Amino acid sequence: MFVYADNAATTSVSKTALEAMLPYLTEEFGNPSSLYAFGQRAKEGLEQAREDIARCINADAREIYFTSGGSEADNQAIISAARLGARKGKKHIISTAFEHHAVLHTLKKLEKEGFEITLLDVHADGVVRLEDVEKAIREDTALVTVMFANNEIGTVQPITEIGALCREKKIPFHTDAVQAAGHMPIDVKAMNIDMLSMSGHKFHAPKGVGVLYCRRGIPLTNVIEGGAQERGRRGGTENVAGIVAMAAALKESCEHMEENTAKIIPMRDKLFAELSKIPHSKINGSLEHHVPGTVNMCFEGIEGESLLLMLDDRGVCASSGSACTSGSLDPSHVLLAIGLPHEVAHGSLRLSIGEYNTMEQIDHIIEVVPQVVDYLRNMSPVWDELQKGERPHLI
Amino acid sequence: MALYSEKVMDHFRNPRNMGKIDDADGIGEVGNAKCGDIMRMYIKVDDEGVITDCKFNTFGCGSAIATSSMATELIIGKPIDEALKLSNQAVVEALDGLPVHKIHCSVLAEEAVRAAVKDYYDRRGIAYDPEQFQFTDEEEEHTHQTED
Repeated sequence: MFVYADNAATTSVSKTALEAMLPYLTEEFGNPSSLYAFGQRAKEGLEQAREDIARCINADAREIYFTSGGSEADNQAIISAARLGARKGKKHIISTAFEHHAVLHTLKKLEKEGFEITLLDVHADGVVRLEDVEKAIREDTALVTVMFANNEIGTVQPITEIGALCREKKIPFHTDAVQAAGHMPIDVKAMNIDMLSMSGHKFHAPKGVGVLYCRRGIPLTNVIEGGAQERGRRGGTENVAGIVAMAAALKESCEHMEENTAKIIPMRDKLFAELSKIPHSKINGSLEHHVPGTVNMCFEGIEGESLLLMLDDRGVCASSGSACTSGSLDPSHVLLAIGLPHEVAHGSLRLSIGEYNTMEQIDHIIEVVPQVVDYLRNMSPVWDELQKGERPHLI
Repeated sequence: MALYSEKVMDHFRNPRNMGKIDDADGIGEVGNAKCGDIMRMYIKVDDEGVITDCKFNTFGCGSAIATSSMATELIIGKPIDEALKLSNQAVVEALDGLPVHKIHCSVLAEEAVRAAVKDYYDRRGIAYDPEQFQFTDEEEEHTHQTED
């Protein structure tokens, strides 16, 4: 059996999105900046997509900017708010310790330029506290950027509350909603969101296309210089087919959100319930504030990469926050941010499921994960020491 | 292209000599759980100083398991002196290569063999040059690798 359980990494393009984009790859291949009617037809597709996407998050079409994806949107949002703040002598930015690297690395760059960055604690449950945001706000705070939902552990942040606080304090508020868009209701007006990032391929659109929502009145700084596309705020001929597909995918995801969630949650809960039976395992992140499809757990005494390779051999695509899979020497900054010891974080597993998964697939995961964990523990000198009491159990 | 060579995947999927030796003549353990890999190597040595058996336990990634497995194959049947000459490069070559960021796994495998031999020497009261048994401090390495 083949089970794709890594939907937080990327998703398949839906039939609806594919059908919507195909004409723009073939007969309607015009450049939307061209004057003639043929080009203007591509422009119409582009503008319809802008309207459709705006409607999905209760924004105005002119507040939607198309980008190459979530990372570019995050970069542009943060850089824009930083430049705006700097002009007023405000060089302090508030964020959290477990943001995506598109946010954290941009903040690091700004830090080198003289900005002061406060990264808020996300506590053991992976949820930032409103009072922590409030305490961190200063006279010179130029931006608050807090992700909507975490990509590794799936915890949802108090966006509405933070939005209200920032609006009251007149501080621009950005949220990286890459893991939430298409999966959870988003209303930028009700939530007082000033800027928001999305990535098409997380909700069944193709890779390489995303959105930056920027509330009217907040000036954007270009990250990509070029022509007059996107009202001069993002150069480069638009990825029309990708954008049209993204609009179709988001519309479809939003229209079917309730039924998708109703299908996904029982699958997710079964994974949590069954995999928790593995001794010395731990669920990561608050279940109370959680996106529908993400399951993140740690199994003591084993290492994540070997776990993934063995699951791959058994048909299961998953991911892990171990150092070996993160490509660095340290395990995932998200798992460390929620206070997990390195030893435990190395043994993490993320399964992210979507509406295309079936209960039969979940049963397959539930069958193979305990077998693989057992096998690797049997090989592990760490597990041997834990069993003999020579090393204390951490979970 | 796959992350690992066929050889690495074969040793990962079907590790040779995995397990313990209850009456081992030497046991060596290297690595650090905090860093995500620990290798433990058991050796049996006969009166002629030949390694007659070797087994391993490893906590770590795919290449940590594969390099442990390959190292045991490379030293079984070899005199101690020869086993001590096992280089990490030899392990890498025997596995048809490793990705650059996984080379440290082969260093651990080489060190695990030497740690087992050192334990054997200690148990038998055999004199050796301590210089020959210096091991990498992984945690130390971590603190030196500061992110840009």
